[in-house]
Amino acid sequence: MATPLRPSISPDTEFFWNGLRERLLFIQRCSSCGALRHPPRPMCPHCLSTEWDTIESAGRGTVHSFVMPQHPQFPFMDYPYIVALIDLAEGIRLVSNLIGIEPENAWIDMPVEVCFTEFDDGFVLHQFRPEER
Amino acid sequence: MSGLSGRAAIVGIGQTEFSKDSGRTELQLACEAVRAALADAGVTPADVDGLVTFSQDTTEEMELGRNLGFDEITMFSRITYGGGAAAATVQQAAMAITSGAAECVVVYRAFNERSGLRFGNFGGSLSTMPLWLSWYAPFGLLSPASWIAVHARRYMHEYGVTNADFGRIAVVDRHHASTNPNAWFYGRPITIDDHQASPWVVEPVVRLLDCCQESDGGVALVITSAERARDLPQPPAIITAAAQGATGDAEMMTSYYRDTVTGLPEIGLVGRQLWQQSGLSPADIDTAFLYDHFTPFVFVQLEELGFCGLGEAKEFATIERLSVGGELPINTSGGLLGEAYIHGMNGITEVVRQIRGTAVNQVNDVEHALVTAGTGVPTSGLILSRD
Repeated sequence: MATPLRPSISPDTEFFWNGLRERLLFIQRCSSCGALRHPPRPMCPHCLSTEWDTIESAGRGTVHSFVMPQHPQFPFMDYPYIVALIDLAEGIRLVSNLIGIEPENAWIDMPVEVCFTEFDDGFVLHQFRPEER
Repeated sequence: MSGLSGRAAIVGIGQTEFSKDSGRTELQLACEAVRAALADAGVTPADVDGLVTFSQDTTEEMELGRNLGFDEITMFSRITYGGGAAAATVQQAAMAITSGAAECVVVYRAFNERSGLRFGNFGGSLSTMPLWLSWYAPFGLLSPASWIAVHARRYMHEYGVTNADFGRIAVVDRHHASTNPNAWFYGRPITIDDHQASPWVVEPVVRLLDCCQESDGGVALVITSAERARDLPQPPAIITAAAQGATGDAEMMTSYYRDTVTGLPEIGLVGRQLWQQSGLSPADIDTAFLYDHFTPFVFVQLEELGFCGLGEAKEFATIERLSVGGELPINTSGGLLGEAYIHGMNGITEVVRQIRGTAVNQVNDVEHALVTAGTGVPTSGLILSRD
């Protein structure tokens, strides 16, 4: 099993990674104007408020773009793997892996849903798989 | 025309050999490149009063000055965002000269990017994870090639472009490199078939032959006023336009959160300024050096700069048009793919040689030449002209 590199976490971003441990995909929301934003940051670029809370994403979206990195081969990854840029239904975009599908069967705009993968030491990462209808 | 246009010139260029293992320190490479540039310009170390380099450069200004015997330096500045800094170093020098902050500015960039820290394996060799990379590294999105490929895959999807189409850029670059003795790939042109037979770096976007090299070497420039340039030995390369560009919701190579990820708005912003400052249009450009760390973004640059429309690079970017003898010869030294990857600075020296008429792959009667800096990052560009 891959042993993914661990993120650095700041006070601005820790809610996101803490949410993953609970199998929750959080999106930051401006408390003032309601705009969603990702990656997390302290200020809303629309209204300049530093007040924010979060919503729980339904975890559904579509693949905006995807690629299969092959070189250099990182010892902590299992090959092949798919990196996908996901358009979440809530209207934000994030990078993740697309799993549970062979690369040749994946396609741009395909519907996907979030799943949570737990690695050896309990680290949980959000990944996406083909949506089950 | 802007206040900058026509008021300063590149009067000296210098470089080390370009290699995969220089066998000496980055500091020494910088010193050698600057020494060569000063000699080319016909100025002495005592004349130098300004220094500009990249924020990523490891050579301290005062250490360089101690080696070269600089005396009083009145302006020193560094430009951020990796290869996006390349043309901006020249803009910074021109602004200093135009404002009176300095009269003779040395620009330098030197690194052992092959034998030392390799950008291509950057993410895998980190001791601490930068915060911005934390949104990508856990998923194995860790190399510059893979960062740009996420953009380019969507571009391919929207405009019906294939990896073989991008291969034309590699063929042009390697053809130009094949006749440049300073190029790593001197004497080694490639065909589209060679390109298509090279292994994937990031499937299905970037093959090995779509990637720039990793190189050791140094490049330096000397910049002074256009007036003074006319008293110096080399034909000046007049700085007709110089601009930086950063646009909203940007990251360093991973600007995935904008409505569209297929363009390079930073290059578009640079281009609009270059045309406005110079009063020129794409049809006036005789040759260009388009930053070619990875071939897909050369397509996008052609579009953002207005050489063709959005999504039209697939038709526009033919081998014939982009080669010496064609309508818009690009990367005539072989580019960062074919000559060397000196963070874009060897593109500026090549454009200066084209203006002087001394390039090994000389384009006929070059009046205006355009050069861009790193793409996918906040970036910069120049138009240089014959006096």
